[in-house]
Amino acid sequence: MSTIYSIKKGLDIKLLGGAEKTVVDLNSRLFALRPDDFVGCFPKMLVKVGDEVKAGTPLFFDKYRDEIYFTSPVSGKVLDIRRGEKRKILEVVVESDGKNESLDFGKSDIASLKREDVVEKMLKSGVWPVLRQRPYSTIAKSVDVPKAIFVSAFDSAPLAPDFDLFLHGYGKEFQAGLDALTKLTSGKVHLNVHKKKTLSKEFLEAKNVQINTFQGPHPSGNVSVHISRIDPLNKGEVVWYISAQDVLTVGRLFLTGQYDSSCMVALTGSEVKNPRYYKTRKGASVTHMLQDNVKEGNLRYISGNVLTGSVIEKDGFVGFYNSHVTVIPEGDYYEFMGWLAPGFSKFSISKTFPSFLFPNKKYRLDSNVHGGPRAFVATGIFEKVFPFDIYPMQLIKAIMVQDIDLMENLGIYEVDEEDFALCEVVDVSKTEIQKVVREGLDLMRKEMS
Amino acid sequence: MKALRKFLDKQKPKFQKGGKLHKLESTFDAFETFLFVPNTTAKTGAHIRDAVDMKRFMFTVIIAMIPALIFGTWNVGYEHYLSHGQTVDFLTNITYGLMKVLPLIVVSYGVGLGIEFLFAQIRHEEVNEGFLVSGMLIPLIVPPDLPLWQLAIGVAFAVIFGKEVFGGTGMNVFNPALTARAFIFFAYPGNMSGDKVWIADKPDTFSGATPLGNALVGNLKDLPSAHDMFFGYIPGSVGETSTFWILVGAVILLLTGVASWRVMVSVFAGGAVMGLLFNLWGANTYMEIPFWQHFIMGGFAFGAVFMATDPVTSSQTTKGKYIYGFLIGFIAVLIRVINPGYPEGVMLSILLMNAFAPFIDHLVVQSNIKRRLKRATVAVNK
Repeated sequence: MSTIYSIKKGLDIKLLGGAEKTVVDLNSRLFALRPDDFVGCFPKMLVKVGDEVKAGTPLFFDKYRDEIYFTSPVSGKVLDIRRGEKRKILEVVVESDGKNESLDFGKSDIASLKREDVVEKMLKSGVWPVLRQRPYSTIAKSVDVPKAIFVSAFDSAPLAPDFDLFLHGYGKEFQAGLDALTKLTSGKVHLNVHKKKTLSKEFLEAKNVQINTFQGPHPSGNVSVHISRIDPLNKGEVVWYISAQDVLTVGRLFLTGQYDSSCMVALTGSEVKNPRYYKTRKGASVTHMLQDNVKEGNLRYISGNVLTGSVIEKDGFVGFYNSHVTVIPEGDYYEFMGWLAPGFSKFSISKTFPSFLFPNKKYRLDSNVHGGPRAFVATGIFEKVFPFDIYPMQLIKAIMVQDIDLMENLGIYEVDEEDFALCEVVDVSKTEIQKVVREGLDLMRKEMS
Repeated sequence: MKALRKFLDKQKPKFQKGGKLHKLESTFDAFETFLFVPNTTAKTGAHIRDAVDMKRFMFTVIIAMIPALIFGTWNVGYEHYLSHGQTVDFLTNITYGLMKVLPLIVVSYGVGLGIEFLFAQIRHEEVNEGFLVSGMLIPLIVPPDLPLWQLAIGVAFAVIFGKEVFGGTGMNVFNPALTARAFIFFAYPGNMSGDKVWIADKPDTFSGATPLGNALVGNLKDLPSAHDMFFGYIPGSVGETSTFWILVGAVILLLTGVASWRVMVSVFAGGAVMGLLFNLWGANTYMEIPFWQHFIMGGFAFGAVFMATDPVTSSQTTKGKYIYGFLIGFIAVLIRVINPGYPEGVMLSILLMNAFAPFIDHLVVQSNIKRRLKRATVAVNK
């Protein structure tokens, strides 16, 4: 029996529009990679518009880490390379030919593989970027040997998809992926499951890994929380992490020799008519799933969850690390005396709105910030939603004044911007905390490299 | 409301950059956001945000003060007529009280907010709501007959030197309301201490000593009953006399999660411990009063509930809050009983701990840092 780690501090924000457990095929023609999904990546193109590609054909590589290739998730041809200001590459769009042919990277018997073989195959096929590291949440460095690898079997964020469904029937691929991962670390592969949510045998009967059980409110599914409880990260140490769905991709690579980025994406949110799951491949266009499926009004489309996701256009693409699209109303309206009105339908962790009397109420929340930016005043509120042995307010202030020693001392290596998402939500002063934390992490990365 | 919104939208460009009235942008913004919660949407980070903002946060504190304010207003009238040997009906008491208390509130807000607006304007920032609370606290912690010009000077001093020179709301070291009170206390002691000032327009023949004043000189037989002190039928600063109505405010603050229960509870615990220690010592009659009587005399409850819990000037770490609160209660009772000069110790005790709060936090954070370093060393040696 595994140890149960109980997370006490946190907050489950209950939203309308959870996905029903029905899966349909998404007939998406367009797929894209967004370099911005990869922290610190500086893309150098390897293809031109019009080039024929197969799944696994490199589209670009990282200028600063040229061993890392980013490959096409499907076969077809390069339709567009969308650029922004200063010709920055925003999206590389591939039009699928529907055949899903992959380059052949060769089948292999994982048990007989050495670490270098696993690394090489993953780098070459473009599967490697699914592995990320802490600190900094950048793509893992192939020369590092992490002290452990963490796999989350659940997501605790609002409207999060059900990982059990993602893996249903893919036990063999999942196990193969885990076996490959065990080759990469000097320590253990940790599979972190939820006490109530994780029910499937694909997770619970996984072998060659240590299964740890978590319970409690969000962020109990965040990898930083798992690391902090199981094997805390110290200065100079590195751990890697990967999402459960991406383990399947790794498994398929070794079982079949193909880059098969098949995955499921959940469409959720209060403004979706039929929230459900879609079968597709990495980086799929959301156009088809949103067609005739969203309500009227000015809407915000988010790749990922409402806490950490990124805004995309109505014809945008699912992010590389996201398995979840959320649609909520935009909040660009004025509200007369809104700070004074009772507010029965307003969500707040403070009990200054009567809605706290209905703890199970599900909310339709919009993107309004509900107030102007102010100096930090309320204290103790972050600590209610921040389950780390770290002082959040002090760390945020250390980042703001760019005190590198203090940031290090206060534990910046152990956290990621997503861990501060709830602090940002509940902050009375409306500070852009995740942005601050990201800037702090970027600063540390530059200073330490 | 649409007409009002239209009007504001029409006026707004005049106050924005390049507009004629750009210098008054902060002022316009303050009124606009008072009327309408802005239409800003989340640009980075989380896409949804808690509905509570600084306005509602601060307003909740004001609501919590209203019970003490209403009772205090009534009590100003009640004590006045009592000193003249009269008992009058509720309305007459309230009316008299309002005549004394309203000017205090108007001057406090007028002077304080005026300075806040000015500084926001100079800094090109939005006006912070912090003074909405301070401005209401100050009238509650001064005697009803305080000359208004003295109040105005005290408020101005507190806002400028207690707050704005540190960088404004959120940056100040000392509680602004108590800074105002301390300034008036030391600058104009004749109107802030002694036996004469706590009842409005009291005849000279009537003793107006507060329970604390009596206790300090060992005059325990003149102490009002515990019932009267708890419910507040005693002379004192406007809002501090009724422990009961202050506790009602405390319940509001704690239920809404706006104030820290850790600080509040610790202040009472600290006061209780010091009180009990004095009981053991028992060198004079004051030391022998039951420890809980300290809670219902003077400003102890008011300080614990509304002053010590000020999130800006209190300790900001969880552990620090316990230490900070405990020492406030402990030192307040110590000053009360040992110090021959001032009957009340809560104000000075809180101001003293305001000064030490950053140091307490520093110690708590250092222990966290040490713990982290130790873990790293263990990992290296493994």
